[in-house]
Amino acid sequence: MANRYPSATSESRPVQWLLIAICLAFMALFLVLPLYAVFSEALRQGLGAFFSSLQSPDAQSAIRLTLTVAVIAVPLNVVFGICAAWAIAKYEFKGKALLITLIDLPFSISPVIAGLVYVLLFGAGSFLGPWLKSYGIEVLFAVPGIVLATIFVTFPFVARELIPLMQDQGTGDEEAALSLGASGWQTFMRVTLPNIRWGLLYGVLLCNARAMGEFGAVAVVSGKIRGQTTTMPLQVEMLYNEYNATAAFALASLLALLALVTLVLKSLLEWRFSDELAATNGGH
Amino acid sequence: MAHVTTGSSGWRWRQPSVIPGFGMTFGFTLVYFSLIVLIPLAALVVRSAGLGLDGFLRYASDARVIGALRVSFVTALIAASVNVVFGTLIAWVLVRYRFPGRRLFDAIVDLPFALPTAVAGIALTAIYAPNGSIGALLAPLGIRVAYTPLGIVVAMIFIGLPFVVRTVQPILDEVNKEVEEAAATLGANRFQIVWRVILPGLTPAILTGFALAFARAVGEYGSIIFIAGNIPFVSEIAPLLIVIRLEEFNYVGAAVIGTLMLGIAFMMLLVINLIQAWSRKRFGYGQ
Amino acid sequence: MEVRIDKVRKEFDRFAALHDVSLDIRSGELIALLGPSGSGKTTLLRLIAGLERPTNGKIFFGEEDASDKTVQERNIGFVFQHYALFRHMTVLENISFGLKVRPKETRPASADIRRKALELLDFVQLSGLDKRYPNQLSGGQRQRVALARALAIEPRVLLLDEPFGALDAQVRRELRRWLREVHDRTGHTTVFVTHDQEEALELADRLCVMSQGRIEQVGTPDEVYDRPTSPFVFNFIGESSELAVTAENKELWIGGRAIGLPSDGFEGQGRLFFRPHDVDLVEGDAALAGVVISSRRVGGTRRVELAIGGDAQKIEIDLPFDHPAGERSRLAFRPKRWRLFPTAEVHQKVP
Repeated sequence: MANRYPSATSESRPVQWLLIAICLAFMALFLVLPLYAVFSEALRQGLGAFFSSLQSPDAQSAIRLTLTVAVIAVPLNVVFGICAAWAIAKYEFKGKALLITLIDLPFSISPVIAGLVYVLLFGAGSFLGPWLKSYGIEVLFAVPGIVLATIFVTFPFVARELIPLMQDQGTGDEEAALSLGASGWQTFMRVTLPNIRWGLLYGVLLCNARAMGEFGAVAVVSGKIRGQTTTMPLQVEMLYNEYNATAAFALASLLALLALVTLVLKSLLEWRFSDELAATNGGH
Repeated sequence: MAHVTTGSSGWRWRQPSVIPGFGMTFGFTLVYFSLIVLIPLAALVVRSAGLGLDGFLRYASDARVIGALRVSFVTALIAASVNVVFGTLIAWVLVRYRFPGRRLFDAIVDLPFALPTAVAGIALTAIYAPNGSIGALLAPLGIRVAYTPLGIVVAMIFIGLPFVVRTVQPILDEVNKEVEEAAATLGANRFQIVWRVILPGLTPAILTGFALAFARAVGEYGSIIFIAGNIPFVSEIAPLLIVIRLEEFNYVGAAVIGTLMLGIAFMMLLVINLIQAWSRKRFGYGQ
Repeated sequence: MEVRIDKVRKEFDRFAALHDVSLDIRSGELIALLGPSGSGKTTLLRLIAGLERPTNGKIFFGEEDASDKTVQERNIGFVFQHYALFRHMTVLENISFGLKVRPKETRPASADIRRKALELLDFVQLSGLDKRYPNQLSGGQRQRVALARALAIEPRVLLLDEPFGALDAQVRRELRRWLREVHDRTGHTTVFVTHDQEEALELADRLCVMSQGRIEQVGTPDEVYDRPTSPFVFNFIGESSELAVTAENKELWIGGRAIGLPSDGFEGQGRLFFRPHDVDLVEGDAALAGVVISSRRVGGTRRVELAIGGDAQKIEIDLPFDHPAGERSRLAFRPKRWRLFPTAEVHQKVP
């Protein structure tokens, strides 16, 4: 429909192309270029240097720790997310709106504060830290602290995806299943879970990306003991500060790859199953 | 646990339901939330409160603390403002126009959510350092980005952009074409339609996006510290000062800054909720 | 303002939504564009408004060729089915909008704009609601605001697209009467689109019945109802019964029996249309006769289903409610008014 006639509901073609060009330039500059820089810096000294830096014991241990933390933190937040969404979406009770706001709270808080609160809770001068230490349990500057800080910052991801989704779906399916004689557990496994699977996967995806990539909160509680309490992002920082840019970017490129995979899967889910995801996918 | 009601009539905390599991799921939610979020946050507030008002103010009025908060605030304000302009424009282009690669760019908007902040930090530094691909272009013009407050703004733009885009996009998607046509039949030209009809309708979403981007920028740490230069009073941000205080084992000093920032975060949360409530009440929509 | 639509054609991606439509709209009349969905009625309205561009043909406002005018230049008032009010503006701001966006030279002083908007608010019987937001109004009130907003720019033509489509039946009837009053008081040339025949028959001076991108018939409600010119209009407006007949020797026949109706010069296969309530019961052979299949009372009449002729074509007629039409009993009747269409034409026109 090519006409020279100004439409009431859209801009002229040249204006459209100008605006598109501005946006694409802005996004190329601020989003695409950094991503490109990660890979180009990582491969600056060739594939050999790239792979050998990834095979160093410190890098290997950082990768292991990051995976370990994610394997603990993500499932815990999944269980929490499902419980919270079930309680909030399937029942009517007073204070629900407040509870939803509170669940989102960790998103509004600086990751550094997420680390700080655990330092204050378990560090020297606290009540809990020395007490646990007397039983030989180290939280701060050890893996438990890293896990706790990671759980804190990834806390809302699954819940905030599932709550609106399950609220939309209502209680009809569950009531039907119960009326047909299913137990509560059967109802959840056979009716609710299939209804929310894509939304759940979506939440897990985002939760995992953040869990593996978290820096600020983990930096505060880790103590950065090389080979023991350094996750991948922390190892990236240490290498970078030691002017070992290639090794830093090599490890960073693994994290960037994770980000890309996350984005691709997330987009696929949005395109294929948009009607089975929560309506509001904005934010975080 | 499942029947928390007060008497047979009157106030009811929870509506009865045939669906089982409320006690278990609600109980677990509260316990988990308390252990992970509430008690640790309380520890922070308690530690600050232990100082008393005078002590708290003494720590809070430390020149370096005020300097760091100022740097964080000013840079976050600038970055959020830039993001409002470009985020709204990007949302507009993605919703309204069809062009090759649109879906790809739509997906890329979320990159800052997915890319670990430390990775973003070193990547931005590599680009904007005086020998980096853009830094080298700007250096002859006398513009230095990396290791200056400008670098902080750049990092904050990076991490804040998706907040604006993803808040405005769904609302813009819902803008009814008929409303634009109505304005046109009343004689409004395209600029008037955009400026007086569409954008005012997006105001709550834009404000929310601004507040989200601002809150995130103020709290951001990982992507900033590499590019900032971290010079006290100039490019030292508040979260970094918390880390420095902790490394000095000055837990009280860290707790005070943390409490101040927590207060800011709560204020932003309140502001966002007020915007949404106002928008829902007046215009009948919100998020 | 007269509006003349001259052989207008509109294609969307090669699909023709309107086929060379011509229509003269008289100054000051209230005309309804009536048709099922997909008939092109809304497209025609949007073409008049300038919200769409015709692929071919011209649209005249009076003597002036408006075809190349933009929607902004046409100075029309348009009311949308879903109101399309500006939700971030108060009622008063909504009504004033059209005047406020005028260029400086033609824009009234702001005090005048305000006074005029308040007058209009009064005119649509919503005084006192000027500071409300659309969200705080009922559907009927919103549509009144939408009309006031359209009237504020003193439009040359008022166009309404299914204006009552989103309202409850009760409010709809109320607003229908009110719109008629408004029209009688302001005298605007008004075109409204509807798929509701009752609404069109009650409200309009003239109807323009459309189907599949073509105009089937234009006329007063009485003309269209009493003398439909096509099988489509017969079916679409009011109730109709339809029978396959053969025309031979100046008479109509079903299954080898004459039914007592003249063929008016037509010979061959045809279809007979009549209104179920527009029949006389008769005695004797030269009539439409059939066996009662079912009989039920509908309000003040009795609706009887008959099987007619050898191939038992089923039709319905209305009888007085106390008529003792028992099942399997035999009835003979003759339509008071009827029309015969050649079979070919029927198949061509009825979707």
